[in-house]
Amino acid sequence: MTKQEATNSDVAPSTAGLDASGPLHFGRRRFLGYVLGGATLMAAADLGLMPERAAAAVPTLPSIPELYDLNDLLTHAAAPTANLITININEDGTASFALPRAEVGQGITTSTAMIIAEELDLPLEKVIVTLAPARPELLFNQLTGGSNTTISTYTPIRVAAAIARKQLLEAAAILLGDTVGNLVAKAGVIEAPDGSSVSYGELATKAASPTTEQVEVELKEDKGFSIVGTPRNRVDALAAVTGKKEFTTDLAIPDALPTMVCRAPTLNGIPLAIENKAEVLALDGVRNVALIDTGVAVRADTFGQAIDGVRALKVRWRDGPVAGDSDEDVLKGLRKAELPLPTLPGKGLARTVGGDFTFWFRSNSAMDTNSAIADVRDGKARIWSGLKSPIVAQQAIARELGLKDSDVEVNVVQSGGSFGRRLFYDAALEAAKISKAMGAPVKLMWHRADDARAGRAHPMATSRVRAALIGKEVVALQQSHTSVETDFRHGLGDIISATAADLPAGVGNLGFAETIFTLTQEVPYNFGLVTQTLLETDQRFNTGSMRNIYSPDVRCANELVVDMLAKDAGLDPYEYRRKMLRLGVVRRVLDKVAEEGEWGRSLPSGVAQGIAIHKEYKGASACLVEIDTRPQTVNRKVRNAVTGPRVTRVTFAIDVGLPINPRGLEAQMQGGINDGIALALTSSLHLRDGHFMEGSWDNYFYTRQWNTPPEVNVIVMPPSSDQPGGAGEAGVAASFAAVACAYARATGTVPKEFPINHGQIAFEEKPRVPPVPQSPTDGLSHTY
Amino acid sequence: MPRQSFILNGETVTVDVADDVRLLWVLRDLLGVTGPKYGCGINVCKACTSHINGKAFNPCAVPVGALKKGDEVTTIEGLPDTAPQAQRGPNGLHPMQEAWLERDVAQCGYCQPGQIMAAVAVVRRAQAENRTVTDEDLDGIRNICRCGTYTRIREALREGEQAMRG
Repeated sequence: MTKQEATNSDVAPSTAGLDASGPLHFGRRRFLGYVLGGATLMAAADLGLMPERAAAAVPTLPSIPELYDLNDLLTHAAAPTANLITININEDGTASFALPRAEVGQGITTSTAMIIAEELDLPLEKVIVTLAPARPELLFNQLTGGSNTTISTYTPIRVAAAIARKQLLEAAAILLGDTVGNLVAKAGVIEAPDGSSVSYGELATKAASPTTEQVEVELKEDKGFSIVGTPRNRVDALAAVTGKKEFTTDLAIPDALPTMVCRAPTLNGIPLAIENKAEVLALDGVRNVALIDTGVAVRADTFGQAIDGVRALKVRWRDGPVAGDSDEDVLKGLRKAELPLPTLPGKGLARTVGGDFTFWFRSNSAMDTNSAIADVRDGKARIWSGLKSPIVAQQAIARELGLKDSDVEVNVVQSGGSFGRRLFYDAALEAAKISKAMGAPVKLMWHRADDARAGRAHPMATSRVRAALIGKEVVALQQSHTSVETDFRHGLGDIISATAADLPAGVGNLGFAETIFTLTQEVPYNFGLVTQTLLETDQRFNTGSMRNIYSPDVRCANELVVDMLAKDAGLDPYEYRRKMLRLGVVRRVLDKVAEEGEWGRSLPSGVAQGIAIHKEYKGASACLVEIDTRPQTVNRKVRNAVTGPRVTRVTFAIDVGLPINPRGLEAQMQGGINDGIALALTSSLHLRDGHFMEGSWDNYFYTRQWNTPPEVNVIVMPPSSDQPGGAGEAGVAASFAAVACAYARATGTVPKEFPINHGQIAFEEKPRVPPVPQSPTDGLSHTY
Repeated sequence: MPRQSFILNGETVTVDVADDVRLLWVLRDLLGVTGPKYGCGINVCKACTSHINGKAFNPCAVPVGALKKGDEVTTIEGLPDTAPQAQRGPNGLHPMQEAWLERDVAQCGYCQPGQIMAAVAVVRRAQAENRTVTDEDLDGIRNICRCGTYTRIREALREGEQAMRG
């Protein structure tokens, strides 16, 4: 698979207004929706509604994502869905909405409540957003991924809210004896010029319609926004800081007792037999023991007793498919699979500049480990779990249990982080199998050691970048990315098979990973003929995306080579990027960080700045970091910790088109910065003898307080479009690349593998048998 | 079955459970107090951070039998009651919780009860030493946040510190 782009196309991409320098062009604002028949007012819209995007007039050949990117694919996959999402107006004056997406920390319940509050003229705290259970009738429109939620739901949700507001006004006009045009709706109350008023709560039943009717409605003008675009706190913040926010393992489902699984000493090893079942069943608190295909499950009164049971089990195993292998073996396999780089143009005349980079396995384990509650009894199944693809989960569980889809109820629970994990339903499916085997409800929680070792990983990859230069001119750039297979079997595959045939620009019949790669990767520089390719190999691992898919690795390799080209051109990294960038939207964020981050300021030897850009999710970002690699910093001591070089200051600018909640957006960028630092400096998995060594957070070095930058400045650019872009993953790629570039400049050596400390094992591996460590008992001697 | 008795969030509780069951499971699985979260079970992630007799500790690493009858365990649920009335904020919460709201620290929120309990202990430790919280104190906080909310944690902790002086 190959994609090519031409030079000198500083054209606005098809995203309306994204790159417009003049006044913004606003799309049409009139839409059709429905008032549904019912006792209280229910307004509905088709989740497939989208504003018309301007047809792209493309003079030359921009890269594919500029015309049609992953978010267009996800959004258009939803279009054929004729099913509706509804906003209810309740008699207590609140509005409620069940969002068919998963909240995992990215802030979509807050931004969605803001969009509804805005269009309905209701205070934010009167909008209640919950998560919808699996709704198979929504087909592809219940997948949370690709930072697509707000992009695809913004207009449909506004339409439903606008219809509710219109109905309320019409009911109020009758009640107050005036015309709709004279009434003013504000903060949930509709007032007539004579001072008489009526609240939404009082109107909830009066505005209800006995039958379902189609209604045309006009959306608010963006200029009148008083909530959208203003910084707001999360709607679940109070619950979070008081311990009341409920995650899967906090739910009190009757008889769903704590359950854990004893797993194999090699990755994906298979249990053959339990040798001491009676002995384990006799342990204090242990209720059930059952063999399933992924291990041996123990159900007990407490998780502590389930851990005791798992540790006591003696199980015969068949080795998993990577038994005996270490990560160097996997790397050898990747190198062998690498395709020869195509010949660069200008043969004989051209010089090449470039590099080969390795990205090791990384863990996307969230704080809230894989967990699910399952109650499979009497031909029915009820599931609770943090799920970003609940429809696929429902179908897979039904198939596994031999039940009809409609007999499997799948409830979506808020979860403690996702980072790619919850696109999959590993825990939900496993819990269903265990509940069936035991004939009892289970609350399955993966031990941290399971989550770290047997959970999903971001695949190992190599990225080779070559630029061809004639004189000082870059005439071509090619990037060849070779990766362990990235698992997309969570439903994205279905979407792609459904829509691939309609893809423009000849990307139709590519494999889904290649399609995703093609739809997300862009090189926004004038580098002549640009070619980026992906090859995936080796399907033996549990993989998935990790807060972004390919972009952090791809951009890191790419931006390191951009720095090499800058050096070759005798320009500093900022000036060179400025000169070579094709798109104004990227240049503006680059300029912003250079200015706010004081690019070029004087720093001591061993301390340096790095700068990088990224364009994805209908937006653009730039990051400027300062890193301290002086020995006194690198060698600083923190007990049981990895220290190393410290990023001391970060300036980050993001343009998402229309920011819904700048405070939430800033938070997502701050988080993405810490992810970028981890990818560059400290975080990787080590495969040794068929198993990942990392068993917990004292082995896997995600950014900690002693690594985080003391100074972080995130700039949210003013609206550049009337449509919102994605946020959850948008902060990682530019941050990773900027840290790598800064490290190369501070040390004078361009790193060739990431994270840079992968070669040093800074911990002692925990035993593989038993597979989970016992909890310590000395907690009272570590109080402070 | 041994009867375990201690003070939890101001009230005496009694549970029938073996001595070696770690306090985290007694709180979560038997008493239904779910503010302290599981993140590792080996006292490294600190998601379960709570207080014992006013000091931070991790119940995943304490067998319930090690508690004495008069020991006072405070989880996030009981934190507001430990603040003097005058220090409580607009939501009636502990000033550190109010600072967390003010700064909108939480993202997924899973680690945040533990982060707040750790922050209160860090401030109390500095206060007991007649000093203010330093950058080194902040760098030394071991609680992991996989969403990467560290920047706002640092800001909120300093804001909470101010309010805890009042």
